[in-house]
Amino acid sequence: MKALSEFKKALIISLWFMLLTFPIMVIRVNTIEKVVEWRWRNMAFIGIGSFLLSFVWRYLLGRKEKGRKLAEAGSVEARPFSRRLLDEPRIYRPALAAVTLFAVAFPFLFSSYQTNIMTTALMYVMLGLGLNIVVGLAGLLDLGYVAFYAVGAYSYALLNHHFGLGFWAILPVGALLGVLFGILLGFPVLRLRGDYLAIVTLGFGEIIRLILENWNEFSFGPSGIANIPRPGLFGIQMSLNEATIYLYFLMIALCLFTIFVVNRLQDSRIGRAWIALREDEVACQAMGIDKTKTKLTAFALGATWAGMVGVIFAAKTTFINPASFTFLESAMILSIVVLGGMGSIIGVILGAFILILTPEYLRAFSNYRMLLFGTTMVLMMVFRPQGIVTNVRRIYKFRARGRDGEPSQA
Amino acid sequence: MDYFLELLLGGLTRGSIYALIALGYTMVYGIIELINFAHGEIYMIGAFTALIVASVLTMNGMTGISVLILASVVAVLYSAAYGFTVEKIAYKPLRQAPRLSPLISAIGMSIFLQNYVLLAQTSDYLPFPNLIPVLPFMEPYSQLMGSTELVIVLTTTVVTVILTLFIKFTKIGKAMRATAQDRSMAMLTGVNVNRVISNTFIIGSALAAIGGVLIASHVGRINFYIGFIAGIKAFTAAVLGGIGSIPGAVLGGLVLGWTESFATGYVSSDYEDVFAFCLLVLILIFRPAGLLGRSTAQKV
Amino acid sequence: MKYSTFRTALLTFSGAALLMAVLSGSLFAADTIKLGVAGAHSGDLASYGLPTVKAAELVVKEINAKGGILGRQVELLVDDDVCKPEVATNTATKLVSQKVDVVIGHICSGATKAALGIYKDAKVIAISPSATNPDLTQSGQYPNFYRTIASDDTQALLEVNFAIDKLKVKKIAVLHDKGDYGKGLAEYAKKFIEESKKATVVLFEGITPGAVDYSAVVQKIKRSGAEAVIFGGYHPEASSIVSQMRKKDMKIHFISDDGVKDDTFIKVAQKYAEGVYATGPKDTSKNPLAIAAIEAHKKAYGADPGAFFLNGYAAAQAILAAIQKAGSTDYAAVGKALQTEFVETPLGKIKFDKRGDAIGVGFSMYQVRKGVYVEVK
Repeated sequence: MKALSEFKKALIISLWFMLLTFPIMVIRVNTIEKVVEWRWRNMAFIGIGSFLLSFVWRYLLGRKEKGRKLAEAGSVEARPFSRRLLDEPRIYRPALAAVTLFAVAFPFLFSSYQTNIMTTALMYVMLGLGLNIVVGLAGLLDLGYVAFYAVGAYSYALLNHHFGLGFWAILPVGALLGVLFGILLGFPVLRLRGDYLAIVTLGFGEIIRLILENWNEFSFGPSGIANIPRPGLFGIQMSLNEATIYLYFLMIALCLFTIFVVNRLQDSRIGRAWIALREDEVACQAMGIDKTKTKLTAFALGATWAGMVGVIFAAKTTFINPASFTFLESAMILSIVVLGGMGSIIGVILGAFILILTPEYLRAFSNYRMLLFGTTMVLMMVFRPQGIVTNVRRIYKFRARGRDGEPSQA
Repeated sequence: MDYFLELLLGGLTRGSIYALIALGYTMVYGIIELINFAHGEIYMIGAFTALIVASVLTMNGMTGISVLILASVVAVLYSAAYGFTVEKIAYKPLRQAPRLSPLISAIGMSIFLQNYVLLAQTSDYLPFPNLIPVLPFMEPYSQLMGSTELVIVLTTTVVTVILTLFIKFTKIGKAMRATAQDRSMAMLTGVNVNRVISNTFIIGSALAAIGGVLIASHVGRINFYIGFIAGIKAFTAAVLGGIGSIPGAVLGGLVLGWTESFATGYVSSDYEDVFAFCLLVLILIFRPAGLLGRSTAQKV
Repeated sequence: MKYSTFRTALLTFSGAALLMAVLSGSLFAADTIKLGVAGAHSGDLASYGLPTVKAAELVVKEINAKGGILGRQVELLVDDDVCKPEVATNTATKLVSQKVDVVIGHICSGATKAALGIYKDAKVIAISPSATNPDLTQSGQYPNFYRTIASDDTQALLEVNFAIDKLKVKKIAVLHDKGDYGKGLAEYAKKFIEESKKATVVLFEGITPGAVDYSAVVQKIKRSGAEAVIFGGYHPEASSIVSQMRKKDMKIHFISDDGVKDDTFIKVAQKYAEGVYATGPKDTSKNPLAIAAIEAHKKAYGADPGAFFLNGYAAAQAILAAIQKAGSTDYAAVGKALQTEFVETPLGKIKFDKRGDAIGVGFSMYQVRKGVYVEVK
């Protein structure tokens, strides 16, 4: 009986989808030549496809539900498998060595194209980690993160154009300007909560882009700035290939630096304050945490990385225009954070690699690329809303056998 | 003075357009606190469906007001069905998830629907016939306001009034309000929360379809991307007015429409959107819950 | 906790390693001539990029059927840049690492600028069917760049001269869509009007593309007392503005660019399109090569070709003919051949000047009359 009712359900779903997609998928009207094209084949595809997928869908949902019930019953170990794997020194030490070796050898093994897109992915790792501070740790939904990225990119492009300053001189300047703009945005939105904050940050991102687009005297407008020099190394002339490899290693170094800093920040006093703020604003204030300062540092420190990556972005593409800094870019970075797992550094890194590299390798399906991208985002959220890597709360246990009776971290 | 009046009326049309779409945002937000990013796409699908139906009908020799009515009805039905399905697929399984997950799911859905229409139909702009007949009594005023614009403003007014009454007095409306206030308490009193949420999506999407038909008639062209641009503006309007509040959405839409219209008229359209967003920031600084939003004290 | 940094790094790179292992670089046989085609092939601007791909396919098919060039077959490497500069650099690097010999592309000026630096370093010639930004040829920074379309300033000058000399207007409103192409063109138009001293710019504004309503800006044009509007941008916004102007009984001239000289404009704006002026590439409808190319497209794809098809066709023919004449794919030799030898293309007989602009490719003024664009003599 169960099989029959399942079958019936699937049949109804497939009929529903055939009906639902009927006007858009089947009919195509050529209003100019006044011809209607009926594409019945599409309807058949939709019918069969949704019939089969509905089984998969319900099976997966059922599994997820089961998993949740088990978790509630407490029969699943709190630490997920990936974590346990990572905590096992016998596994991660040799793997780490292998990965380091691979990362170093990468540009020499593969073409400069592969190196180039890997550099792009690493840039998004940095962006994701920066936004992770704001969204993942402090719980402030920022939909205009791309504004800081734009600030960084334009600071390099403009300072270089007007004053001939080099990449290395401007990298810290970009970071500082990021901080400045982070605070600038932070001040007016301190009082806002949740989605009001989201829409204001979205507005802020748009304002920055529109100013860049309209204020020609300042930013050269929509035609952008070309011929931005690539990063230099003691004035050595580099070929394109060498420059790509150089940029790759530069990004690896910067990523390691970011990971290090963000990791330390997470464990610091301010990092704890961010997490407390995310969990409960009122309780956090009651604990004596200065809300204003905490929020502002989150915005400022988050923006720092965007500013830096912006400088690198300008140096890498050698041409920038405001069209690169749209809301979709912000949504992309946010997706990296959420897809990977909010607050988890490893998750963000994985998220960046998946979201940036997959479309690049799916070029053959370029037409379906964005369709797949959207689908993945939805499916990911439905079946694994906590992200790829679940961030585990740090647990402090008192161990009686610990040295001097001091509680040690687990 | 004439110039001022023209800008005022232009802003009114524009504001009504924003308000019509903003209603859907505000209703969904009021119930499940989700920025339904896919709402703009539902509006776009409504416009597409109307165009397809209208073209098929006209090619088969139908004309006049019956095309408008049939196309609108089909568009409303289909948009409602899409809204319903989107909720079932992308939001319902996420009721227990962390707060940001449904938002990401919504962004994903929005991207999916855009590309779905792009692939199944076309990336080009399609001409949208003006389905609204020219009202003879408006002829002398065509300098100030056309028939289409008048219909848009009137529809928004009527829809808002009906919606307000509906939510205030009908059983479904009361259940919606109860769910918005406290979901678990509503459940305890016997409200079928899942059905209420479905209803909200259906009503919101139906409104989006009405908006789609009217706005496409006014603009005269559609493509797969129109939902995104209009959606962001409408959402801004909803927040401006106080998200979750129906009169707030209308007020927010009008304020936004007038700001843009006057900013263009007296300053420059270069910074039209900058003015709109600056206004939003300013209002939220002084009234963090929007113009008509109730600023509730946080529960501890 | 001190290991967590390393652990993080570990996961990062193992993810990368997995991906790389699956998808490593591709190798190609060395005995073909590799012709890259780069531009927007997906997304909202795909309709500007895809016709060039089809044009290249047709040209290459024809040449390969005749035995190829210099005894070598021509191989197409088609790659998408979605018209974004940051993607275009990836596309360019990909083509270069596949050892491309010459490139047709890119489509948008911004993406082209970003990609050209990479081609320049790799000594690859790029020939664009549609990138019209004047800087590309006039700045002298892109010696490897050629194009089969005239630049924006030529177009702006034609529009301004037409408005002033033929239409005899004194007050002109210049509008643009804030985009790379539209705003660039509008700025040239403004400059030329001011330099001519025969007319004044009474309004210079950018409109928001995709907005739901343009009535405010239309009112503003009305109030400025302009006798003509010069608009820089694409047809969707143009059709909205023209419709709203005509609905408000404003019968002033509307002059626009080749982004508007598109049949879609007439179809969308319908009766309001009547009388609109737009500049576009010189009329080629009587050129037998153009007729043949369009026929071939209809035969192969069952539809009329899209935007920049003929420009793409001419670009493919010009670059392949240059390789033929140069006797190799050597950068300097091909460049020299492009600049010295005339080629018969659907756009007419063309060769290129030192800066890379095609000689013999220009613009004419068209007007919509009875629902079709007619050249104004």
